[in-house]
Amino acid sequence: MQALPPHAVPEISGVLKRHWRLVLYPIGMIPAVWLVWQGQHGALGADPVNVFERSLGLWAFRFLLVCLALVPLRRFTGLNLLRYRRLTGLLTFFYASLHLLAYVGLDHGFDLSILWADMTHRYFIILGMSALILLIPLALTSNALSLRLLKRRWKFLHRLIYPAAILAGIHFFLSFKTLNSVSAPYLAILALILLIRFLPRSQTGNGI
Amino acid sequence: MALFRYPRPLPSEITPKEMYLSRRSLIGGAAALTTLAGAANAASLKTHLGPYSRNLTPTPKEDVTHYNNFYEFGMDKGDPAAHSQDFHPLPWTLEITGLVRKPVRLDVEQLLRSPAIEERIYRMRCVEAWSMVIPWDGIPLATLLKDADPDPRATHVAFESIVRPSEMPGQNEALSGIQWPYVEGLRLDEAMNPLTLLALGIYGETLPNQNGAPLRLVVPWKYGFKGIKSIQRIRLLDHEPPTTWNRLAPDEYGFYANVNPQVDHPRWSQATERVIGAHSLFGAKRQPTLMFNGYGEQVADLYRGMDLRKNF
Repeated sequence: MQALPPHAVPEISGVLKRHWRLVLYPIGMIPAVWLVWQGQHGALGADPVNVFERSLGLWAFRFLLVCLALVPLRRFTGLNLLRYRRLTGLLTFFYASLHLLAYVGLDHGFDLSILWADMTHRYFIILGMSALILLIPLALTSNALSLRLLKRRWKFLHRLIYPAAILAGIHFFLSFKTLNSVSAPYLAILALILLIRFLPRSQTGNGI
Repeated sequence: MALFRYPRPLPSEITPKEMYLSRRSLIGGAAALTTLAGAANAASLKTHLGPYSRNLTPTPKEDVTHYNNFYEFGMDKGDPAAHSQDFHPLPWTLEITGLVRKPVRLDVEQLLRSPAIEERIYRMRCVEAWSMVIPWDGIPLATLLKDADPDPRATHVAFESIVRPSEMPGQNEALSGIQWPYVEGLRLDEAMNPLTLLALGIYGETLPNQNGAPLRLVVPWKYGFKGIKSIQRIRLLDHEPPTTWNRLAPDEYGFYANVNPQVDHPRWSQATERVIGAHSLFGAKRQPTLMFNGYGEQVADLYRGMDLRKNF
């Protein structure tokens, strides 16, 4: 391997600063790659399909919570990470789509009769599907062109993230047989974010 | 001069003579289960193949002992194996009381030496839509109930598990809303069915802690949660007893909980099941679930005339 010339290091960091997407999108996809690798090497345990499907759902929910937390984070700490909203939002959509694909393809082997019954009868499935459907227009308009074209309507449209989060939260809660110490912290974080978002500012102490 | 090198066990790893001698006497059939008391490791059981064990290929032992629900040790399916090492299954007394003419107190260490222990290779279908095949070693429940001589008024059997939060960390989990002890129940005729087994072992060895040591119920035509583990008390009653999962979510888990591919769980289909043991993401199998888990011939008569959709 050749040694880098001395001036190359600051150049790389400058490139990374401008093109952080090239780094952060692949990093965000590491859990998915890791899960597939584990799945193929027998490291997901006795019921690999179930673990794979549930882990993808959990990663979708994690990215959703991070995405939603960025606004309150700026408000309460002054730390402005709002530029990562698109990154975390698109990763949420990426994992939610893989989660659906795992459920349809790996878990049920594209058995349409079972899938149809699930999607028309089971509120647990309907809630999760609805959350994902709400995310579709958000993913499709997560680009500069849509932002320009939709103007003020873009902001209105992207408030769909809140009903999607509520539906996803109930779906997540129902994916366990009872409330437990794994699901409770995630649900508490979601509740807190929603509370901050929807309580009038005067009641929350105006940005403390 | 030594030509070959081979790994020699350390002196400390070699089984002491008295221990392997006692194993030999076990194999010979003599009672020598003294090493059993308080032992964390499984000891072999004297067992023989019983009826109803069809041509089924058992699930790998590693999966049976490392993937199961036992909420007393935690909610994840790896938790029972990971958090049950402090549990002391012996000594243990099993009580059979209630509407019986001869209440029984059984010393489980004696029960483990019973020549009545037989192997039953059964399908196990979890309500969560996965399944295994498990070679149990146990005694038909009917044998023990007959010894207690049930009163004619008795119609149901209630089972009660143990409460020992110091050894069962899951019993300290406040969020789940589960009331301990875990309780289960059967109709008396279900309990007396020759398929119903009181299991003392799996794979020819005593039950590991995580699988319900020292003894548990196995009702192969019902969903797995009916198989209450680490049973302390069996009571005969003249009414249907409360059961843990029915108490938690009555619209999702019925008293009967018979395996039925036509009656779905509110959150998922019961028509098919994931077969445990593939260990490969893209090679995993799903198979159709059988009515009464394939034991209709033995048990369908118990439910003749009943609406199984209502009595799910």
